[in-house]
Amino acid sequence: MTKILEVKDLELSFHTFAGEVKAIRGVNFDLHKGETLAIVGESGSGKSVTTKSIMRLLPESSAEYKNGEILFEGRDLTKIPEKNMQKIRGKDISMIFQDPMTSLNPTMTIGRQIMEPILKHQKLNKSAARKQTIELLNLVGIPNAENRYKMYPHQFSGGQRQRIVIAIALACNPKVLIADEPTTALDVTIQAQILELMKDIQKKTDTSIIFITHDLGVVANVADRVAVMYGGRIVEIGTVDEIFYNPQHPYTWGLLSSMPSMDLEDQKLYAIPGTPPDLLNPPKGDAFALRSEYAMKIDMERQPPFFKVSDTHYAATWLLHSQAPQVEPPALIIERMKTFKGSRYYVDQTGGTV
Amino acid sequence: MRNENEEEKLTPEDFERVTIDAHHSERIEKPSLSFWQDAWLGLRKNKAAIVSMVVLLLVILMALIGPYLNGHAGDSQNLRHANLPPKIPGIEATGFFDGDGKLAGKTVNLYEMKKVDEYYWFGTDGLGRDLFTRLWEGTRVSLFIAFVAAAIDMVIGVAYGGISGYFGGRTDDIMQRVVEILIGIPTLIVVILMIMIMDPGITAIIVAITITGWIGMSRIVRAQTLKYKSREFVLASRTLGAKDGKIITKHLLPNMLGIIIINTMFTIPNAIFFEAFLSFIGIGLQPPAASLGTLINDGYKVMENQPYVLLFPAIVISVLMIAFNLIGDGLRDALDPKMKD
Amino acid sequence: MSDNLIEVRNLKQYFNAGKSTEVRAIDDISFTIKRGETFGLVGESGCGKSTTGRTMIRLYDATAGQVLYNGVDVHAPKSKKENHELNRKMQMIFQDPYASLNPRMKVLDIIAEGLDIHGLVKGKTDRKQRVIDLLEIVGLNREHAERYPHEFSGGQRQRIGIARALAVDPEFIIADEPISALDVSIQAQVVNLLKELQVEKGLTYLFIAHDLSMVKYISDRIGVMYFGKLVEMAPADELYRNPMHAYTKSLLSAIPLPDPIYERSRVRHPYNPKDHQYGPDEKVEFREVAPEHFVLCSEKELAEMQATHV
Repeated sequence: MTKILEVKDLELSFHTFAGEVKAIRGVNFDLHKGETLAIVGESGSGKSVTTKSIMRLLPESSAEYKNGEILFEGRDLTKIPEKNMQKIRGKDISMIFQDPMTSLNPTMTIGRQIMEPILKHQKLNKSAARKQTIELLNLVGIPNAENRYKMYPHQFSGGQRQRIVIAIALACNPKVLIADEPTTALDVTIQAQILELMKDIQKKTDTSIIFITHDLGVVANVADRVAVMYGGRIVEIGTVDEIFYNPQHPYTWGLLSSMPSMDLEDQKLYAIPGTPPDLLNPPKGDAFALRSEYAMKIDMERQPPFFKVSDTHYAATWLLHSQAPQVEPPALIIERMKTFKGSRYYVDQTGGTV
Repeated sequence: MRNENEEEKLTPEDFERVTIDAHHSERIEKPSLSFWQDAWLGLRKNKAAIVSMVVLLLVILMALIGPYLNGHAGDSQNLRHANLPPKIPGIEATGFFDGDGKLAGKTVNLYEMKKVDEYYWFGTDGLGRDLFTRLWEGTRVSLFIAFVAAAIDMVIGVAYGGISGYFGGRTDDIMQRVVEILIGIPTLIVVILMIMIMDPGITAIIVAITITGWIGMSRIVRAQTLKYKSREFVLASRTLGAKDGKIITKHLLPNMLGIIIINTMFTIPNAIFFEAFLSFIGIGLQPPAASLGTLINDGYKVMENQPYVLLFPAIVISVLMIAFNLIGDGLRDALDPKMKD
Repeated sequence: MSDNLIEVRNLKQYFNAGKSTEVRAIDDISFTIKRGETFGLVGESGCGKSTTGRTMIRLYDATAGQVLYNGVDVHAPKSKKENHELNRKMQMIFQDPYASLNPRMKVLDIIAEGLDIHGLVKGKTDRKQRVIDLLEIVGLNREHAERYPHEFSGGQRQRIGIARALAVDPEFIIADEPISALDVSIQAQVVNLLKELQVEKGLTYLFIAHDLSMVKYISDRIGVMYFGKLVEMAPADELYRNPMHAYTKSLLSAIPLPDPIYERSRVRHPYNPKDHQYGPDEKVEFREVAPEHFVLCSEKELAEMQATHV
């Protein structure tokens, strides 16, 4: 698998009236060709800021890249001039936002909006661009595209608008597609259609997708790999099966157990107590320690490094340190681990523990 | 993902479990700031607004005490002292404001020529009235008209817009039609008619300014009311059984106050300007009363020979306009950051 | 007293009635809520579920039909005192924790608003003490009382909203999508809190949401709305085990679960209203397919459903 994008030790702060908000505090991940990497986390965890920093969409007056690099095709996106960045934006890396209505221009026909990046980046003539526009609309499942490309955004439903936004993002065959909560504003049935569409398109075009969401159900549906963010850092990263069936970080445990499962009877939901940390004064050690029932002394003092669980699975928690006591994850997590080969709770077909 | 080799320095005690009081993470570290405190912090950072405020306070102070500073009354005429240029003690030695003026193309010291011992800081007009005193009297009148007009605009506008927006439906329809009719009539015609009916004077000018001036405020307040009345906190208050009056005073007005203040800050300079305009075209204040408009009108007539008559009122009105606008801008940024763009 | 606290009878809510822009937000729905139970109302945006809640609590006047609270029609004209009493007994929790608290008021005054309106406290110290008690009930503490809403996180704000509703000691609470704007880990906090309060205070809930997994978890019975109509109503487990209406099936099949293995094999059943192929003289009614399980269907469909019901 080829790495298409590499984020190394990224640190980013916002300067506000109240002081310096350390929104990203050392983020590392790679994106491989043709895969979907989901970034999950709560609001304020830095997941959106991370992707906006890749696109350099943050206000230059207040956002500051403190450290680290974002390597795309050998170039560091944090350092190249804005003019070059404009050539990358929309062509090599494009983005889909949460609210389809505000990401479309209400005074332009959708055809023109899709054609705009094609004309700008691909240097096609008008009729060729129009042909490609109609192909794109067909690809994203807008019926009767020949007639509808002359229509305005308000003439489409919410789900269709998001399809159009996706068509615009795909207009120049980007190598990386960043989807920032693309289905959060949509109804479940429409969400299911959009997710199917994105997976379908990925199969056809081999685009790499970074998918940001807070919905673990959506993650389970679309992701190949998952990065869990908390307090401006990635706390756990691994393949989708590793994260869902063999989670290691207490925060991931908490997230997974706070979702009601469909067949769970009247048991009390597990709720992570408290609120996320204030990144104006981030906590000294493990940012999650203050809300974790598994906290240890060292969590209060030092940030945990990444511990390797498998070649693809890393987690930043002191619990994985060789000297740490072995703790029992919440019951629901043990249930999950039982189905995962390689976890210490794995129960194989015959019923014996490994 | 690269550093996992810090095994050496850690002791078993480091891995002792600790229990954390869940309430700890509910604590809010930031100091509690009300909306107004926050706005003041924002405003304080805006240097232009702060300088403007100081300048404005100085002008207001001068308007209050200026007329009594040099012992000349604004309406006492002394034809012997007519048309004297400015002469200020202390500065006269530098060559400025030393009482030199042009007479028949030659520069002469008019004070010496006319044997005047007194100082007229900003000179005198054709009737020998002290311009310094008249300037601040005029400023006082202009500011008075502007503040009263702005206050009346605000009261009528807020009430009208608030009622129209809050009760909606047919009430709103009728009230908005009235506004549309009022807006259709050219303001200047209404004003001239008003002044023909009433005696020209301060009251007439205030009425003239306010008769259509409140419409802008009423529209803003109506739009804000419409926006806030469907907000969930207002709905919550209604489900608790709050009466309309309570909802308006406790929920709607406090949230609109920022925008009302900002809008008023922009109404004041407009009123000053409008008063000056009316006085300048001769349908405003009548002599001997002074306002910035009449003073400018007087000065404009003798601009070639006695430019100082025009200069000082022109400076004051410009300073006032700039100061009010900069304060308004600063307040807008501080109170309503979303309106910036 | 019957054990039905709420009875909604043929409720209709048309906006712009009679005009070309008429919207039938609620189109003839009926259901009951028993004392002490949680009734879940689910459906997609624009299906009328929020309008139903708001009409029930009299934020809108109903076009037709009745909402009976303890046998009394809430929309019928009443004396001031009765109105006041009803306001106290029915309360609402709102969706958007950022819009539901007045940004210019201190938390103390926000929570005390109901206390003031209904004259439930005597004097300042009593008022403050009540507010602090309420804050503690929802897991906050006294130092939060003097702060302004913008200083709180979404979950904390939502709990303040709950405290405000609890202040007047209501019997019935309409929770209008109280968790959909919150993060997953915070959703559980709020849902647990609502459940605890229900047990402690014997509250009755109408829980409006689009997140079916949470609704299933908190509700005893669930109604599914589609374009202003109730298409299916059943006890929560029954609805999930035996969804009958094609729309319910499509809704259930569309929810992604946090389970990658299940997700890889999930099959979605899209819903198309045309698939019913109702004849011109077929009567589409709310019919009982199994005990307590109602479906909006024609007579023919009813027979089919009853045949396949397990």
